[in-house]
Amino acid sequence: MKREHLNIDHVTMEFPTPTGAFRALDNVDLVIDKGEFVSLIGHSGCGKSTVLNVVAGLYQATAGGVILDGTEVNEPGPDRAVVFQNHSLLPWLTAYQNVELAVKQVFGRKKSRAEIKQWIEHNLHLVHMDHAMHKRPDEISGGMKQRVGIARALAMQPKVLLMDEPFGALDALTRAHMQESLMEIHADLGNTVIMITHDVDEAVLLSDRIVMMTNGPAATIGEILKIDLARPRNRVEMADDAAYNHYRHEVLQFLYERQRRPGEEAEAVEQEQESTQELKVVKATRAA
Amino acid sequence: MMLSRDKIFSTEDYTAFISSFVLPMVAIAIFLGLWSASAKQVQTSLGQLPGPSAVFQQASNLVDEHFAEREKEAAFYQRQEKRNAAKLAKDPNAKVKIRPYTGKPTFFDQIVTSLVTVFTGFVLASLIAIPVGIITGLSNNLYKAINPVVQLLKPVSPLAWLPIVTMVVSAVYVTDDPMFEKSYLNSAITVMLCCMWPTLINTAVGVSSVDKDLINVSKVLRLGWFTKVYKIVLPSAFPMIFTGLRLSVSIGWMVLIAAEMLAQNPGLGKFVWDEFQNGSSNSLGRIMVAVIAIGFTGFLLDRGMLMLQRRVSWDKTAVLR
Repeated sequence: MKREHLNIDHVTMEFPTPTGAFRALDNVDLVIDKGEFVSLIGHSGCGKSTVLNVVAGLYQATAGGVILDGTEVNEPGPDRAVVFQNHSLLPWLTAYQNVELAVKQVFGRKKSRAEIKQWIEHNLHLVHMDHAMHKRPDEISGGMKQRVGIARALAMQPKVLLMDEPFGALDALTRAHMQESLMEIHADLGNTVIMITHDVDEAVLLSDRIVMMTNGPAATIGEILKIDLARPRNRVEMADDAAYNHYRHEVLQFLYERQRRPGEEAEAVEQEQESTQELKVVKATRAA
Repeated sequence: MMLSRDKIFSTEDYTAFISSFVLPMVAIAIFLGLWSASAKQVQTSLGQLPGPSAVFQQASNLVDEHFAEREKEAAFYQRQEKRNAAKLAKDPNAKVKIRPYTGKPTFFDQIVTSLVTVFTGFVLASLIAIPVGIITGLSNNLYKAINPVVQLLKPVSPLAWLPIVTMVVSAVYVTDDPMFEKSYLNSAITVMLCCMWPTLINTAVGVSSVDKDLINVSKVLRLGWFTKVYKIVLPSAFPMIFTGLRLSVSIGWMVLIAAEMLAQNPGLGKFVWDEFQNGSSNSLGRIMVAVIAIGFTGFLLDRGMLMLQRRVSWDKTAVLR
C-alpha cells in the first residue's frame, strides 16, 4: 500500500466560548497525495480557514489529527508554509528581506551566504518580482505583495503549501494573472497545495480536486469533485470546454442549491438554514 | 500663459504661507498684546508685573551677564597663568597651583545643566521602561500583574518623590570623592521616576497589539524568542514606543523644574527659585524669561524627538505631528 502523504484524519475542532464549546469542524477526513492541488470551497464561516490552520499547526484539533509523511502535526513549521490572505509581509522590510528572513531561518546553517542570496533571488524570480526586489510592501501593489508572500512560502521549500484565499483581495485581472503564475509554479515544482477560495472558476481552473464543505457550525466535507482536465490548462480555451463547464456547474449546484436545502446533503446545517439563507441568495445573484 | 509662469508664488504657495506663517504670527501678536495690557493692571510687592518689553529687556541683560561672566572667567585664567609663569621663571621647582574658576553659573549654564539632568533621567527611565514594557507586553498575565502598580505610581507628583529620593540618595550614595553632586542625582532620579510611565505603558500596548498574522508568520517560521522580538515585535511596536518616549521627554522636562527648585540642583529650577528669593525689581522679569526659555526648550525637545522618529521610522507614510 502506498504511504499517505498528507492525512487529515477525522479532525473535529471546537472553540471554547462563554456559552459553551462551539463546534466549528466535525469529522473532516481527507487524504491528499504528493503534488496534488486541492481547493477548499464553501460559504463564509464554513470553517475552511480552520481546516487550513489545523494543517498549519496554528490550531490544535480537538479530536483527530493531521499526519504529514508519517509524522503527526503538532505545531506550526516551515514544512507547511502559509500564504496568508492579506500577504502578512513585514512592512519594515523590503521584498528581498522578507524572503531572506524565511530563508535564513530555514536554511541558515545549510547554505552558504552566496547560496542564500541566490536562493532568495531565484524565488523572487519565480513569482516575477526581480524588478522590485528592494522595494518595501507599501511601495508595491496588492498583487505584487501577494507574489512576495508566495515567494516567501516557496523559499521555505515546504512539503505542503497552504494558501488562505491568496487572491481574494485582488482585482479580477490581477487575480487571473496570479492564477497563471501559480499554475506555472505548480507545474515546475510540483508542490502539494491546499488552497482556500470563494471563486468557483479559480477552483476548477487550478485544482486536481475540489473539496466542497457544508455550512457551519459543525462543518464537514460535503462532496469531493475530481477535476479531470489535462494540464496545462488555458483559461480562454476552458471557457468553451464542455467538461470544464460541467465541473463548474457541479460546484455551483453544490453551493447554491444543495447547500441551500437542508436534509438533502447534510443534516448538520438544518438549524442554520434560516439565518444563512439570505446571504446565499445574495451570493447566488452575484454569481449569476 | 506668460503671466502664470512668471509668477513667483502660486495660489497654493500663498495659502500655505498664510496658514503656516501669518496665522501663528497673528496669534502671537494677539497674545503679546493681551499680556502687555493685563500686566499693567497688576501691581505686586516687586513692582508692576513685567510686560513683553520688560521681559525682553531682562533677556538681553541675561545675555550680557553671560558674556561678562565668560570674560571674567577668561581674565581669571589669564591672570592665573601669568602668575604661575612668573613663579616658575623665578624658581623652576616652585609648586604651581591651578584653581578652577568659581564664578556663579549664568542663565545659559543653568539651561545646559538642566538639559544634562533631564537627559540623564530620561535615559535611565527608558533603559528601565522599554525592556519592562516589552516583557509585560508579551505576557498577558504579567501585564495584568504589573498594571495596578503602574497605575498607582503613575500619577505621583515629583514633589512627593523628591523627599524620598533625597533620603535614599544620602543614605546609599556615600563616598569621599563623589563623582556626581547629590542634588544632580536627586533631580535626575526624580525625573526618571516620573517620566518612565508613558514609555512603559506605550511599549507594553505596542508590543501586545502586534498584528496576529505577523505573529503567525513567526510561528510558521519557528523563530526563536529573541529573533521574534527583534525582527517582528520591536519594529511593529516602534511607533508606539516612540510616542511613549516623546511623552516621557515632555513630562521629564516639566518635572525637572519642580525637582530642581527643591533639590537646589544648579539648573533652571534653581534659577527661578533664586530669583524669587532675591526679590529685586528685576526678578519677575527674569523669572518670565526663564518661563519662556523653559517652554521653548520643551518645544525643541519635542521637535527633536519627532525628527529622530521621522529619521528612524520605517513607515515614512505615517503622518507624525
